[in-house]
Amino acid sequence: MKLNIEGLLVYFPYDYIYPEQYSYMQELKRTLDAKGHGVLEMPSGTGKTISLLSLIVAYQRAYPLEVTKLIYCSRTVPEIEKVVEELRKLMEFYAKETGETNKLLALALSSRKNLCVHPEVSSLRFGKEVDGKCHSLTASYIRAQRHSNPSQPICHFFEEFDALGRQVPIPPGIYNLDDLKAFGRRKGWCPYYLARYSILHANIVVYSYHYLLDPKIADLVSKELAKKSVVVFDEAHNIDNVCIDSMSVNLTRRTLDRSQANVETLQNTIQRIKEIDAAKLKEEYRRLVEGLKEANVARETDIYLSNPVLPDEILQEAVPGSIRTAEHFVGFMKRLLEYLKSRLRIQHVVQESSPQFLKDIYEKVCIDRKPLRFCAERLRSLLRTLEITDIADFSPITLISHFATLVSTYSKGFTIIIEPFEDKTPTIANPVLHFSCMDPSIAIKPVFERFQSVIITSGTLSPLDIYPRILDFRPVTMSSFTMTLARTCLCPLIVGRGNDQVAISSKFETREDFAVIRNYGNLLLELSGIVPDGIVAFFTSYIYMENIVASWYEQGILENIQRNKLIFIETPDAAETSMALEKYQEACENGRGAILLSVARGKVSEGIDFVHHYGRAVIMFGVPYVYTQSRILKARLEYLRDQFQIRENDFLTFDAMRHAAQCVGRAIRGKTDYGLMIFADKRYARADKRGKLPRWIQEHISDGSLNLTIDETVQLSKHFLRQMAQPFRREDQLGLSLLTLDQLQSEETLQRIAQIAQQV
Amino acid sequence: MAASSEEVLLVVKKVRQKKQDGTLYLMAERIAWGPEGKDRFTVSHLYADIRCQKISPDGKAKIQLQLVLHTGESTTFHFANENSALRDRDAAKDLLQQLLPKFKKKANKELEEKNRMLQEDPVLFQLYKDLVVSQVISAEEFWANRLSMNSVNHSTSNNKQEVGISAAFLADIRPQTDGCNGLRYNLTSDIIESIFRTYPAVKQKYAENVPHNLTEKEFWTRFFQSHYFHRDRISTGLQDLFSECAKQDEKGLKSMVGQGVKNPLVDLQSLEDKALDEGYGTAATPSTSNSNRTVKENSNSAIIKRFNHHSAMVLAAGLRKQDPLNDQASETSSTDGNSRDSDLFQPPIKKVKLQEAIEYEDLQQEDGLKTVSLNLKKSDRYSHGPVPIQTQHYTTSQDIINSVILVQHEMANYKPCLTQVMSSTMASSAIVALSPGGVLMQAGTQQAINQMVPSEVQSELKHLYTAAGELLRHFWSCFPVNTPFLEEKVVKMRSNLERFQLTKLHPFQEKVQRQYFSTNLTGHLEEMLQTAYNKFHAWQTRRMMRKT
Repeated sequence: MKLNIEGLLVYFPYDYIYPEQYSYMQELKRTLDAKGHGVLEMPSGTGKTISLLSLIVAYQRAYPLEVTKLIYCSRTVPEIEKVVEELRKLMEFYAKETGETNKLLALALSSRKNLCVHPEVSSLRFGKEVDGKCHSLTASYIRAQRHSNPSQPICHFFEEFDALGRQVPIPPGIYNLDDLKAFGRRKGWCPYYLARYSILHANIVVYSYHYLLDPKIADLVSKELAKKSVVVFDEAHNIDNVCIDSMSVNLTRRTLDRSQANVETLQNTIQRIKEIDAAKLKEEYRRLVEGLKEANVARETDIYLSNPVLPDEILQEAVPGSIRTAEHFVGFMKRLLEYLKSRLRIQHVVQESSPQFLKDIYEKVCIDRKPLRFCAERLRSLLRTLEITDIADFSPITLISHFATLVSTYSKGFTIIIEPFEDKTPTIANPVLHFSCMDPSIAIKPVFERFQSVIITSGTLSPLDIYPRILDFRPVTMSSFTMTLARTCLCPLIVGRGNDQVAISSKFETREDFAVIRNYGNLLLELSGIVPDGIVAFFTSYIYMENIVASWYEQGILENIQRNKLIFIETPDAAETSMALEKYQEACENGRGAILLSVARGKVSEGIDFVHHYGRAVIMFGVPYVYTQSRILKARLEYLRDQFQIRENDFLTFDAMRHAAQCVGRAIRGKTDYGLMIFADKRYARADKRGKLPRWIQEHISDGSLNLTIDETVQLSKHFLRQMAQPFRREDQLGLSLLTLDQLQSEETLQRIAQIAQQV
Repeated sequence: MAASSEEVLLVVKKVRQKKQDGTLYLMAERIAWGPEGKDRFTVSHLYADIRCQKISPDGKAKIQLQLVLHTGESTTFHFANENSALRDRDAAKDLLQQLLPKFKKKANKELEEKNRMLQEDPVLFQLYKDLVVSQVISAEEFWANRLSMNSVNHSTSNNKQEVGISAAFLADIRPQTDGCNGLRYNLTSDIIESIFRTYPAVKQKYAENVPHNLTEKEFWTRFFQSHYFHRDRISTGLQDLFSECAKQDEKGLKSMVGQGVKNPLVDLQSLEDKALDEGYGTAATPSTSNSNRTVKENSNSAIIKRFNHHSAMVLAAGLRKQDPLNDQASETSSTDGNSRDSDLFQPPIKKVKLQEAIEYEDLQQEDGLKTVSLNLKKSDRYSHGPVPIQTQHYTTSQDIINSVILVQHEMANYKPCLTQVMSSTMASSAIVALSPGGVLMQAGTQQAINQMVPSEVQSELKHLYTAAGELLRHFWSCFPVNTPFLEEKVVKMRSNLERFQLTKLHPFQEKVQRQYFSTNLTGHLEEMLQTAYNKFHAWQTRRMMRKT
């Protein structure tokens, strides 16, 4: 249908529309008009992606000079592919309605592993291997060697692309990862470099967060994207952790040992090159004196991670003299390594700030701040000069250099924690140096500054006001949308006690209590008897799940559950879990029914949807608090308190609740779907916890279902499931939670829609 | 003896029943016991009637075997031979163990089948009521050729439906303490089969070791003692018979994991687009060495592994039977030349899953029912129907299209040849003859029967027709009469027919005549019966002639 969103003609590729989609588009339009940033929360499964795409594409068509590009960031590869498919649907609709062929170029970008078509390279299993192998075939000096030595293997796909690919832009269209590969095969061009080149002039780019948020990668990939872009972070409820992860470094003794080996290799190589080709090193020296950045030509294929600090922090001066020659630099690295080793030889935990660390290193080994800041750049230059083929081998020393650069660049927002052993195993020495970023706003700041509109959206962003605070930006719109429902297809229940009236909770003091474990078991057992098809249960942590599963096994609870359904359990091994997941779906599919025991914050809870019969009930055993004894977390909480006035408890609860909401939200997709959401912990009943759930879940928690026993839960669930099993037709929804174009034009409906969005 | 013709499989002497000495006979279809010195059986049970057998525990003074019948009654035999009581009992037990399942399945299956057929087919049920309940023919006769007929029809769909395995079958083997520091497990043949189907490795072990190395009992004892059964216990001895099974399972699990998953949306490994390099990020690097895991943690993760494996195996056991057939199908399809095109119509699984994932069914206009895509091996055959091979002239679809075009072309250029048309009188008389009431449409004048007769009479007539049809089918199926059995049957069928005419048809006729004088509703039925009688008469006279 064609919609009129405040004067903008929007093509929407469906015949019906959810009211909240309309409302969402209105808010989005206002954000774009204001050229500002927005935070939008809309329930999962109400067509967020298609609303976003429809509106932004329409906006691009209407104001091609205002918005030149849409950068859509998502988290996982399947998510990325889904977005592109939705976009394809939209563009097909455009073609059908307007009759003109599509002039838009949209493409997905992913790592080499997902895009490589080279027969040998693409058969490798791990992303790192693929990157390394690719580098060994396409690096600039390899290709240079090829001129003198024709037997040197190179990648023909890249050569073809290099020769021809840049002259003619890729024809407009929608390119998913597979389409890119097919196109690459047909033309004989490398799809990866084609995609990387094409994002510069593409109208829509879909890729993962890292390409924008991780400075090491963003500098290579996203450096030249236009300012007049709209950036969308979908599924952004975890964006702060992505930011923090991209700026943090951990050093273990193993890293140091391997770096030591790297340094020795470097030294030998330098020695060798000096004998054969001293001119090369001299050339490098000359370049460094002039402070010139390497010519851009050769850079594209070199996968040395770029500078870990943000572009505006990189010094635009010449490399200081003390590390300018290769030997001096190697000596410098050796000293740094020795110093770090000595720091790891400790018996007690040390925590210090960056300036403290710099002071100490200056006192102990006379390393200045300035050469440290150039460490990453200098190493990159050296590695390139020495023509190191196997770049993956040098990741430890690269890591050290990044640490050096980061620690000397940022004096605030970071902390250094050195732990001599793990908390659980105090007898085994395993020293780790955590260089931990505590401020997510550091990594995302350039994104907010550079692009005119940044939209942060997800199904679970409650409470909305915390995101602008921790990411340090000022949004022009902040809205949470409810889910309009013709029938209440979600049923959140808070189970507070067992049939024996013992309170159930995963609170630290009671979590090992037999009564609690037994009650959790009984809850699952009872539900396994009444819920059809699939049940997904989430535990607060992997260790907790292991313990509970073991005691359920001893008490024979699992055996009884097996009478009703098959049991599958998440393991730390991703391949094993994938298999269990597939079998789980198979069992749901063939009517046997199954239970999946899984972990909040785990891979399953973050990336897998349990739609329709794959998840008729989700049980959240306990409140998924993060492990609070971790020193890194404590440091971060302190920082948040001092810098952003966010109280520790508020943040912890916020973090726990967003994960809980994430878990239970996995079960609902769309209004024809239905599912039970069971919160099995009495603490959920408290207002401070409940209030942090997304509005669309909170609304359906009635006061009567705050502290249920297992029996009551079963009764309510039975009733709910029986009701939901009745046929649900379009007529039931129409006018309430589903609108036709005519209905959308009535004044009354528009008024109702206006209430859907709740401004914060 | 009563049934001396039966094959006797086992004779056990000195078996007591109700404190009377006697001999136990195990025969092909039943078990029987007769008191000493008498040549008749006082106890005789068909195997099909026996629900299960129970034996007295070892170490008990009395060595007994109890049979429990479906009716709930039970019979106990006491093996009293001093030297070989145990051996006798075990021999009897083993033989019964082999025999009972066969009969159990057969009996149940037959009854189930009959029940199902009657429930599914109301016409058949009515027929059953008409013929069997009113004792026109016996139930056996009724089923005699029905079942065989149906088993052919249904065998393809019925036999394949294999019962799955309960996930909790291991839980059903509840160990019981027997008071003196021991555990007792009760195993039934169902459980054993479940174990075998779920864990093929155990089956293999069983085949290897029983009975030459171990007795069955020893085998199961070891099984329950093994680390394999109690997977949470960490393996201690290498002596374990089943340690190999565990390894095999491990291997199976690994290969299952190694195969990866077909659905890319659940593949957790390729979920992440760009993982952080090693050393970056806040998440503490997991300790790589397994050594610092405690024993308890290890056993916990073993339990988790075991559950995943068990569930996967149970699931697979339910599906395994279908696989060979599918394989066959795919094999045959690959032999005929154009199987390729069927692949092209099926989008790859990833595309399908992605499409599924982005679909909002309630936002779209309904586009009719979801259809299953037709999987064509030979599209030509589909559009033409089966073509007999002997026809030399094979028309391809192109030929057909051409000829259609040709005909269309001719039709388009059709010009009436006005000199050769019929005269108008002849044409109109032809039309009259073809109109209702005309010479050629005589039948049309008759009033349809459904307008004349009330519906209950109609339905009664229908029942009579089906019943008569059934009987006549039986009758005619006897010809040509070439065995004594058929002779007997044909005579019986004739009397059945006569009885039917007498008890069913005549009352109906009278009833109808009382109400509707004009129409003869049963004329055709009588005609059919008369034909049958005539045939019978002809056959009988011929036979008499041959005899004289």
